[in-house]
Amino acid sequence: MLDLVNIFVKGIFIENMIFAYFLGMCSYLAVSKTVKTGVGLGAAVIFVLGITVPVNYLIENYVLKEGALTWIDADFASIDLSFLSFIMFIAVIASMVQLVEMAVEKFAPALYGALGIFLPLIAVNCSILGGALFMQERQYSSIAEATSFGLGSGVGWFLAIVAIAAIREKIKYSNVPAPLRGLGITFIITGLMGIAFMAFMGIEL
Amino acid sequence: MSTESAVQESTTATSQDVKEPKEPLFSKKNKKLLTDPLDDSNPITVQVLGICSALAITVQVKQAIVMSLSVLAVMIGGNLIISLIRNVIPSRIRIIVQLVVVASLVILVDQVLKAYVYDVSKALSVFVGLIITNCIIMGRFEAFAMGNKPWPSILDAIGNAAGYGWILIAVAVVRELFGSGSLMGYQLIPQAVFDFGYMNNNLMILPPMALITVGVIIWIQRARNTKLIEEN
Repeated sequence: MLDLVNIFVKGIFIENMIFAYFLGMCSYLAVSKTVKTGVGLGAAVIFVLGITVPVNYLIENYVLKEGALTWIDADFASIDLSFLSFIMFIAVIASMVQLVEMAVEKFAPALYGALGIFLPLIAVNCSILGGALFMQERQYSSIAEATSFGLGSGVGWFLAIVAIAAIREKIKYSNVPAPLRGLGITFIITGLMGIAFMAFMGIEL
Repeated sequence: MSTESAVQESTTATSQDVKEPKEPLFSKKNKKLLTDPLDDSNPITVQVLGICSALAITVQVKQAIVMSLSVLAVMIGGNLIISLIRNVIPSRIRIIVQLVVVASLVILVDQVLKAYVYDVSKALSVFVGLIITNCIIMGRFEAFAMGNKPWPSILDAIGNAAGYGWILIAVAVVRELFGSGSLMGYQLIPQAVFDFGYMNNNLMILPPMALITVGVIIWIQRARNTKLIEEN
């Protein structure tokens, strides 16, 4: 149980998707103009990462990995399909996003109203595929660990986008040098926030 | 947001294609496709596409060059394929079709990197796979290849990959020079300077400095090219 909490906290602070790996920067920069849209996209990312990482974990361990197919027949032990992982992961993500969108629309119309426009954007958000690829690289030992990693990274991403959106709302009233306005200053602020987040790196979990 | 403008762009582009069926290979319009992305519509500093991979792999120049070449290869192949089959793709499932095309090309690139430059491939780790979700590639498919003939699409791919590449390499040069005192792995700052008390700036190697370096590049670019300045 403590392991799961560790992985979760690590995903939020120490291995933050934005500040440590720059994943999902495109939508992070494009959708962070107001806190409201930031919260919407952030929530959608948590949601999708929490679903796709465990699904991709199952695919990785029961289809793609060397010897993963032994549950069908012992003869398949030597088959290694891991070169197909990119295409499998992206297909899973694209279809899961579709499915989630339809399910949310049907069962939680209020949530759909809040998340709706952001969900399709997420299929091409690097942080989702990045989550799946990190899960593959780090070899988590159980589906619970993979889920906790997915949720943790999602929460970290959410924190980052809400923080930058709040700063950008305030910075409108500041006198930023003209060539830096908009994109430039956002990059530099994100860099400074990254330096602040590096303080968490000393924590050993 | 980008999809709407993409649709407009593609429709105007097709109508132009119909009007002038024959034009030289390097007409003015085609040359513009190559040069525009280098500055005025640079994928990273102006269109804000493909930032994710641009920042993470710029610790060393070598990685940046390998990454740029991989993106160039995927973009040329992808733009060409999408442009060839653009009239057959049903528009409702075009995102999936595009993803499949990119994913297959990225698998090819990944296998080639693993075979010939294994150490760089290890260092790039997940970021080779992340070329699939690199927004530049999907963005160019949507905005250009879906509505244009193969030849202009190839030029557009080369232009955009070059615009992406030069920023990547510029950031990597700054970070490697000040972070490790070398370029491409060769020691550039002589030992004598170190003996004198000079030290490598370790902060440069850490992730946040990539963001600040790109921020400064944007600053310089917009100070020179004032029409790019944003309102807020």
